Formats: sequence, C-alpha cells, structure tokens
Amino acid sequence: MKQNNNKAHKFGMVIDLDKCTGCGSCMVSCMSENNVPFKEDESNKKDSITWMRVYKLTNGKSFPDTEIVYMPRPCQHCGGKGDHGHSPCVSVCPAVATDYGYDTGIVSQIYTRCFGCRYCMGACPYHARYFNWWDPKWPEGMENYLSPNVSPRMRGVVEKCSFCYHRYQAARDTAYYEGRDDIEEHEYQTACTTACPAGAIVFGDLNNPAHKVHQIVKPDPHPDPRNKHVVGKSRNPKVFRLLERLGTNPKVYYLSEREWVRKQGDNYLDGEWDKIKNHHGAASHG
Amino acid sequence: MKVDRRSFLGLGLGAVAGVAVSPIGMKLTDDSSIWTQNWPWTPVPVDGEVTYENSVCSLCPGSCGLSVRKIDDRPVKIEGLAEHPVNDGGACLHGIAGLQYLYDPARVKTPLKKNGDKFEEISWDDAIALVAGKLADLRKKGSPEKLACIADKEQGSVSGLFQRLLKTFGSPNFYTMPSLESYLEVTATALHGEGMTIGFDLENSDFVLSFGSGIIEGWGSPVNCFKANASRKARHAKLYQIESRLSNTAANADKWIPVKPGTEADLALGMCAVILKNNLFDGGATANFIGGFNKLAIMIQKEYAPSKTAEITGVKASDIEKIATLFAKAKMPVAVFGKGRGDGAQSLKELAAVHTLNCLVGNINKKGGAFVQLKSDYLEFPDESMDTIADAGFAKNKTGRYVNQLVEKVNESSKPVVEALFVYNANPCYSLHDSKSVKQAIGKIPFVVSFSSFLDETAKEADIVLPSHTFLERLEDVPSCAGLAKSVVGLTKPVIEPVFDTKHAGDAVILIAKALEGSIAESFEWETYDECLESVAAGIWDSLSEDGYAIISEGVPFGSVAVNVSFLADNPATVQARGDYELTLIPIDNMRLINAGIAASPFAIKTVSDKVLKGSDIVVEINPLTAKGLKDRGYATLTTPTDTARVMINLNEGMMPGVIGMVEGLGHTFDNKYVSNKGINVNDLIGPVIESGSGLDAAFGIKVKISKA
Repeated sequence: MKQNNNKAHKFGMVIDLDKCTGCGSCMVSCMSENNVPFKEDESNKKDSITWMRVYKLTNGKSFPDTEIVYMPRPCQHCGGKGDHGHSPCVSVCPAVATDYGYDTGIVSQIYTRCFGCRYCMGACPYHARYFNWWDPKWPEGMENYLSPNVSPRMRGVVEKCSFCYHRYQAARDTAYYEGRDDIEEHEYQTACTTACPAGAIVFGDLNNPAHKVHQIVKPDPHPDPRNKHVVGKSRNPKVFRLLERLGTNPKVYYLSEREWVRKQGDNYLDGEWDKIKNHHGAASHG
Repeated sequence: MKVDRRSFLGLGLGAVAGVAVSPIGMKLTDDSSIWTQNWPWTPVPVDGEVTYENSVCSLCPGSCGLSVRKIDDRPVKIEGLAEHPVNDGGACLHGIAGLQYLYDPARVKTPLKKNGDKFEEISWDDAIALVAGKLADLRKKGSPEKLACIADKEQGSVSGLFQRLLKTFGSPNFYTMPSLESYLEVTATALHGEGMTIGFDLENSDFVLSFGSGIIEGWGSPVNCFKANASRKARHAKLYQIESRLSNTAANADKWIPVKPGTEADLALGMCAVILKNNLFDGGATANFIGGFNKLAIMIQKEYAPSKTAEITGVKASDIEKIATLFAKAKMPVAVFGKGRGDGAQSLKELAAVHTLNCLVGNINKKGGAFVQLKSDYLEFPDESMDTIADAGFAKNKTGRYVNQLVEKVNESSKPVVEALFVYNANPCYSLHDSKSVKQAIGKIPFVVSFSSFLDETAKEADIVLPSHTFLERLEDVPSCAGLAKSVVGLTKPVIEPVFDTKHAGDAVILIAKALEGSIAESFEWETYDECLESVAAGIWDSLSEDGYAIISEGVPFGSVAVNVSFLADNPATVQARGDYELTLIPIDNMRLINAGIAASPFAIKTVSDKVLKGSDIVVEINPLTAKGLKDRGYATLTTPTDTARVMINLNEGMMPGVIGMVEGLGHTFDNKYVSNKGINVNDLIGPVIESGSGLDAAFGIKVKISKA
C-alpha cells in the first residue's frame, strides 16, 4: 500500500451481529491477552472488569415473536466531534493518562499516570472504562501465565480496551526489522478478532481501501451534512454506530440485516427513527 | 538571646530561602512520586523469547487445534490453530482459558489417600502398591468382575488402556458417561446395526432441521458448528430450530418453532407421517428399509396425523405439514438430534424418530446429509494375554447396560455388586441425574480410585486419588467424536513440564498393571504411555507427530446403509418428566458453562450474565404469563417431587409458557472459590426416568411448581 505510507492509520472494527452467537470467546481471549484479573464474585457487572463485554439485546416482543441478538462492546476508540481526536474521555482527563493517537486513531490508557479520578468513566457514553477498586490477586501460581506484553494494573486506576496496542507494536517492530515501511492487514489483529469462532469481528485500517473493514463500512470521509460533528458515517445501509448522533465518532461499527437491531444503536423519539433510518453516508462524496 | 521582630523575620526568611535552595524538598517530592509509583505487590511478568507450540484441546469432544504462545518456558496464551481441519483458527472460551486449569486451586498436587474423612498425601509408589494390592485381593477372592471403570469415552488410547486393564483383570464392567457420540452410536446401532456411528455434514447442508440441538451452544464440535452456522447466510442455507426456549441457536435460526418440552420425538414422527402420506420420500432410499417400515408407516398415519401431533406438541398442524414439506423438498436437508449439547439425557425414541427423517428423504451418505459409517478404529493394540480368571470374569454379563443402571444396581443391592471402581475424566457425582443417589452409590463401593486432575465432586468421594496431568502437560491422541462429517485424530502435546507431582493416567494404568504381575503385566509390555501410544497408533503416527493430526476419513462415505425401524414401529411410549406438577423445569445449555466433568474456568464464569447467576443465586428463566405474581429479580421457591430450591426469577419472553429454564454447569462444590458454590446443580433436581426398551435415562426436565419465597 504505497499510497498509504504517509497517511495516518485509523484502526477500526466492524462486528456482524447476525453472525455473533454470544459465545463469549472474545471476552475470554481479551482477558487472557491483557492480564485482566478476576475475583470471587463477578456477578456485579458494574465492578466486573471486562474490556470486551457482550450485551444481550431483545426486540421487546412477547412470546413467540421474541428475538435476541448479542452485541460485543469493546472501547469504541472515539475520534470525538469532527473526528479531531477530542474523545470524550481524553478531553476530561486531568493527568493526560488517556490520549488520542493521531497516527493510529487508538485511545490509549497509561496506568501509571492515572490517579483514579474517574472523570473519563463519567464522560464515556459506552461504559467501556473500568475502575480497579481492588488490587488484582491471582491464585497461587497463576501469575505464571501473565503476559509480559501488558502490565498488570493496580488498585486505583482506570483501564479499558486498547485494541491490543501491543500487537500493533509487535507487528511494527517486525516490519521495521524486515525493512518494511508498513504492516500488513493480517499482522495486526486484536485478540477478540482472532478468537471469534464465528468470524463476526473484522479489524483493520478504516483509512485503507484494501482492508476488509473499509470495504464493509465504506466510511464517508466528509462530515454528515445533517450534523457536522459526525464524520465517517457508513455508506453501507446495514452498518451503524452506537449513539452516532452524539458526534463521538466511534471506530467500532456494527452490522445487521435486522432493522430492530440497528434501531437499538441509539435512543429515538417517536417517529424519529423512520425519518433517519434511510440516511447513510453520502455516496456522492466519493 | 532576645528574639525581636527583626531577627524573627530574618530567621524566617532565612529558613524559607534555605528550604527553597536545599535539595531536600525536591528529593522528597521525587522520592514520594517514585514510592507511590511502586506497586511491589503487583506482579511484573518476566519477558523472554516468544515461541508458539501446537496442540489439541481435550476439554470437550470437539478436539480443536490450539496454538499456545510461550514466553521462554511459560505458556501465556492459548488461541485457535489456523488451518486445523476441525476449527481452522477460532477457539471457544473454555479452550482459550485453558491455562487457568493448570494452576487451578482445586488441583490435586500429589497422590492422596482417604483416612477417615480427610485426605493424606502419599507417594506414587505407595499409591500404586496400594491400588494393586486391593485389586489382587479382589482377584484372589475370585470376583474380578467386581472391578468397574467409568470413563468419559470409549475412544482413544487412554480409554483403551483402561479397557485393556479391565479385560485382562477379568471384568466386563467398563462404562462411559453419556455423550453426543455415545448417543450417535446408540442411534446408529438401533437403526443401522452394530459398530456404526453418525456424522452430520452441516457445512454443506442447505436445510438444517434441528430438534433442539444447540448448534451454537456447544453441541457437537463447537467451533466447527459455529463456523458452519456463520457461513449459512453466504450459502443461502436455512436453519429451523425446534425448541421450547428461545436459545441462542433458535435466535440465530431462520425460524424458531416452539414445542412442548419432551415432545420432539412425536413431532419428528408427525413429520415422517406427512412425508409418507404426501409421497415426499425418496423411493430409492426407502428400498434400504429392511425392518418395520410398513408397520411404522401404518402406525404413524394412525397415531401421528398432523392434527393429533399438533395436539401433543403444541405446533400448529399447518406448520408441521409446511416444515415437513420444506425439509423433504430441500436439495441437501439434514435433521439433527441431541437436545442442547447432546450429552444430557436423551430418549432413543426421539433420536431414532429424527434420524428416520434423514433416512426417509434419502440424504444418508449424500453431500450435506447424514453420514452413516463404521466407527473409525485407528488404534491397534496387540492381543491381550488372558489367564483363566480373566477369561471367566470377562465372559460374565455387565452389571448394568449404561452407567445410570450401574448406579441403580449398586444402590439397590444389599451385597456389594462393585468392590472397586476406577473413575477417569468423568464426574458422575456431578453430571448424572439425581446426584445425591449417585454419591450414595459411590459411597457404597468399598474402594474407589479417581484419576482426576482436580479434587472434584467424585474425587472427593474416592479412597485414592491418582492425579492426572492436565491436557497441557500430556501427550495423548484425541479423536474427534462429536458428529463431525469428517473423522480426525489430533495429538495433544505437553506445552509445559508438569506443574505438580502428577502422572499421565496412561502411565498410572501401566504401573498398576505391572504391579498386578502375571498375564496382566504381560499385556502391558510398554515402559511408558508415550511408548505405548507410538506403537498402538503406528498406522497414523507419522502424520500425527508431523502435522499434529491425522484425517481418518473425509468426504461423503460410499454406499447405502440398511435401515431398521422396528423399535419405532412398536410406537414406544414417549418418556414423560417425573412428577404431577403443572410446570416443567428444563435444563439449559449455555456455551459459557460446562456441564461435563470439569467446571468452567474463572474467566468463563466471569462472562456469565447476571441474568443467569447473581452472587451465589441461580436465576431461572420463566415467561411472565407463567410467573403469576413473581417479580423480575425477585426470589422464588421451586418445588420438585423430591426437593425444593431457592431461585431468582428472570422474566423472559423467550420461554414457552409453562416451562422454567435452569442453566446447567453451576452449583459445583469443590475447593475453588472462583467457580464453586455458585447456584445450584440442576442435575440434583432432576430425577432419572429410564426409557423402556433402550435403557437410557431420558428425563428431559422434571415437573415443578413455583411460589414466592
């Protein structure tokens, strides 16, 4: 991809909710990859640290017309209003412990800088951030399986999905060692993507037309004429983002054939959905 | 010295200037920032060289290929192995969390001997001598058949060694836990004859009619099924799910057909009736019917006409006709059976009735259909040497046909019918119905040896525990036996030196055999299990050791098979759940939990929804119409004919009215606080109901009532 050498990456994800089976492989692969701890009772989901969390959605109809769909939710790696890098969490962090990577589009979390004020958790519309209320503890011997690529966190800091940034670093190191300017699509894939047995998660560079994620999403590079804060709206009518109208510009897209599923991506007033459901990224923008 | 205003200010200013200029302040700030950034109690994982090793998962019969990432000698991550014939890249959450089993708090770290109520640590030499001594006594008494063994499966070399030990010892009493594979074999034996098994070509079928099989809930080889299901849309294939609950499979299917629980067999026979009546069957295929066909045809027209079937099953007569027609007219239809994960209780009537649909539409041994073929046998053990005691004992009848009958016999008899029991890779005290009576039976057996890696419910009842390596520490052949269309044998390889003082169960068996001397020792000529495996799997060893797997058979099997439906033609009674209450409690299979021998890992438990488990309370699913007066998230008392249980309520529109769902795989009681003492084991509540004719425990649920707690 010669023409992309000087262009910033914008790593993103598209999750096919029609393929997702809710099996939980992505959640466990993430925990295992990123040294996420566990405690005796994890059924209070508010303090259960799950960088990737799978939600269950229903269409609200009664038996036998009920339908279920599962929605995996990693950090959405928001680009913020106008996609300028002012993600909701980055904007409020007083310690620069979370920052926007303009070269990758990834929102970082630097544990040793974080002092636990949790402003970012309040600012995040997606509940993607988790606070360490306790120090992590592993049963005797289990520390032996911890990976050196991700530092274990301590009590009092916030953590969240990093799009497996260490995998990007490793891929970049390999490329540099082999004298290449850039990494290939398959060299950098997140742990949830590679684990998914249904192949529901596709990860790659949204800026690179050769990448599968770009081909599925077909992001509109121009601001949405109806809301100038929204950039990168999908031109695929089956693709949507969560709370897209907030202008947070997430880099995680969702795909579903079912209209009721797409409608659950936001809260709508009566009749509002019908007005905008056919509004997609404009093809004329090129 | 007099302190006046001037000197006071002077001293003060001097002090301020001194502090400002001195490095102490800076030093203290610097130190405090360093100290507060030190978390010595937070582990710092050691870095090292990254390598990858391939292996095969044996946590379930799925047998997926694994890639294990290691840092120096430490495995740190398990992922699915790309291009493996079973799973090609993906992995399920249990396999990925495999490393948590290595350091499980409930692992048995050294051989144990029960002394009173407590276990004492003993050496391997003493443990083997003790087991061999007890067995030798049994043989001396002339009742070698009173040694029994319960293993997870019949296939594979380790199971083969246990069977060989029993045979040369003189006992026919080898049992396996129920599994999808065992049900496939029971079905194939009933319809097609001895030695056959069934596979399903889900990846190619264009119409899958599933009678409650949790195709994305862990049925069959889970990752393989996930993949086949995910490719459905691209292949324009349909999945129709018949089930009393909106399971994930039902939710993902093209159509969900709610059915009264336990009436799936009747529905399948109703569909057979439609196919026969409307001449939708395959004429060529019906020529293969060798027994009972005419009788069946007459019987089902009379007993399973659409209107009558509709009444039994709760599915509309028009829907029965429509679905049967769609199924018969599809190009490559396949009907799959085995409710849930396929390893719970099943009735032969249901298994046979569903498979008869396959036989009628002529998709046997056709692309996208059901593959019926001889069980693959890739192991060649040398002939055993049998002495007279062994010959006499082995020729006797088995104590019971299946493991649940063995339990029943032990409990009924006043004299011990089993004097010694081996348990390998199985946890009958947890996974069989009415676990209380199973525990009672195990307690009645004078000498129980467990080969478990963990001090699980059954190991706790044992007299001796000979701890096995986990699958990450051992070499073993792992045949895929889960209804796959192809037959693959994988090789599990040790990726780490044994963490504790454990042994390969194969090695333990060889040591016991050698200690028994005579013809038994002669039959176990190998020094180690590894040597044994290489010699008995010699036929495929090259490919096993080089590729990590060997494909035994692939593609559509050749030839037609005879079909005998005499069992169904007699119209056996449909097994009813026990009890007289109005509601039916059914077990739910959830991909994130395990209901077989081992418990789910801490990671897997962490992913379980708070609508399934809340604190230590189990949450049951119930339709709001049925839950009169019960509040969502409120507590209720569940009453079965023999027991009561406190449960939390989840009002769920995806449940059929009249049915209550409780997840399988919770309620473990061993020493691992992350996974144990959470919820209830649904198997404790369900009493077994034996199907007459087949001898299978076929109780799908139990009748209950529910009231506010």
